[in-house]
Amino acid sequence: MNKGLSADHLLGIKHISKEDIEVIFQTADSFKGVINRPIKKVPALRDVTIANLFFENSTRTKLSFELAEKRLSADIINFSASASSVSKGETLVDTVNNILSMKVDMVVMRHPTPGAAMFLANNVNAKIINAGDGTHEHPTQALLDTYSIRERLGEVAGKKVVIVGDIKHSRVALSNIFALQKLGAEVMVCGPTTLIPKHIAQLGVRVEHNLKKALAWCDVANMLRIQFERQEINYFPSIREYAMQYGLTRQILNSLDKEIVIMHPGPINRGVEITSEIADSDQAIILDQVENGVAIRMAVIYLLAAKIDRV
Amino acid sequence: MANEIILNSKQFELTINRLCYQLIENHSDFSKSAIIGLQPRGIYLANRLQSVIQARTGITVQTGGLDITFFRDDFRRTDRPLIPSATNMDFTVEGKKVVLVDDVLYTGRTVRAGLDATMTFGRPSGIELMALIDRRFSRNLPIEPNYVGKSVDTIEAERVTVSWNEIDGKDEVTLHTTNE
Repeated sequence: MNKGLSADHLLGIKHISKEDIEVIFQTADSFKGVINRPIKKVPALRDVTIANLFFENSTRTKLSFELAEKRLSADIINFSASASSVSKGETLVDTVNNILSMKVDMVVMRHPTPGAAMFLANNVNAKIINAGDGTHEHPTQALLDTYSIRERLGEVAGKKVVIVGDIKHSRVALSNIFALQKLGAEVMVCGPTTLIPKHIAQLGVRVEHNLKKALAWCDVANMLRIQFERQEINYFPSIREYAMQYGLTRQILNSLDKEIVIMHPGPINRGVEITSEIADSDQAIILDQVENGVAIRMAVIYLLAAKIDRV
Repeated sequence: MANEIILNSKQFELTINRLCYQLIENHSDFSKSAIIGLQPRGIYLANRLQSVIQARTGITVQTGGLDITFFRDDFRRTDRPLIPSATNMDFTVEGKKVVLVDDVLYTGRTVRAGLDATMTFGRPSGIELMALIDRRFSRNLPIEPNYVGKSVDTIEAERVTVSWNEIDGKDEVTLHTTNE
């Protein structure tokens, strides 16, 4: 397996193949070794320049990408919407083309509009990595989630994974569904009716509204954060009621006859979707997800950088 | 295409034995030494050295396998494999005398990358280089081995293949010549 990726950009999991995901995982295995050495840096991308464009707030994804780029020795420039000309009325293509004139090879972009990454890939000459486009996709999160499942359980194929919470507003959920299905896992979504998209079953996922039943079915539970900032109306009566119906507690886990793996993409609303006790327990692989995030992003950046026009 | 065997299995064994005695002479009890084989094929030499030294002296030398893919100087310039082999280094090289080993030394570029990759595991007190086969007069960089199994003078159209019992079923070194 030496061929690299079939895609020229990482716009979403929908656009890459199972083989691509496996190549990314295999490369990430090596990078995970690299980031655990005394010197955590390789010179592979020292002639590559990457722009991180964040048109939407982000802390951990931005840090993770930045660290991945630095560990690969790439030069990086950062840009956030609040401090930009976007507020002065410049279009996205103009903004990006201005940045590319400074000889940038790759763009990592988070944007509130679904499809923004693809729009950019069609209109500018650079490798694009989607770091989240609105409620659409967040491919690197799904890659690191499935990679973490593979690491904990040996493989993803045949595993049963339930994604719990705000499926409607979650790009993490959509990317995870695509990634898990491509790797041969069974997927269920669980949450209140108001937060489950009406036609989601057409993607081939099971739908369950009872958390206990969902947990009894699954091997892995991925607890999503309630995205208060994306909810323009109230989708459930109160946070307390949500926590009682869909919050993961010791009590509900003890009622199962097996030990399941608990994941969370962060940031955690402790006491809402998951209690502190569970989040800090050995069953939870939340911090492994964060560590794997750097290795996965190094792999994606490295493999796409190999597709930049030859020197 | 003509093939010439430059080391048969008997000569191969003698050569490995000689290299081991040279290491024993220079490293005495190996307490501060480590052998690092360069992936993909240097690891077979490293493992062979380890087992022969153990049989002769009873000492188990720390031995690792190092992949240098991310340290290459031809990223985006050639169709070299992108996906690395495994790196198996369960020790650091801080303060150690490292012997970097590879099956064939040719341009020296792999060794240059190997030196950089080794340093990410700490600051060794010194690094030596061993090549089972040294293709002389073909270096791109000023790199010379400390221990050589056999030197050969080759032209660019020729290729040297080292076969290992572990994976190829026999110990042998062959020189292939393409007639073009």
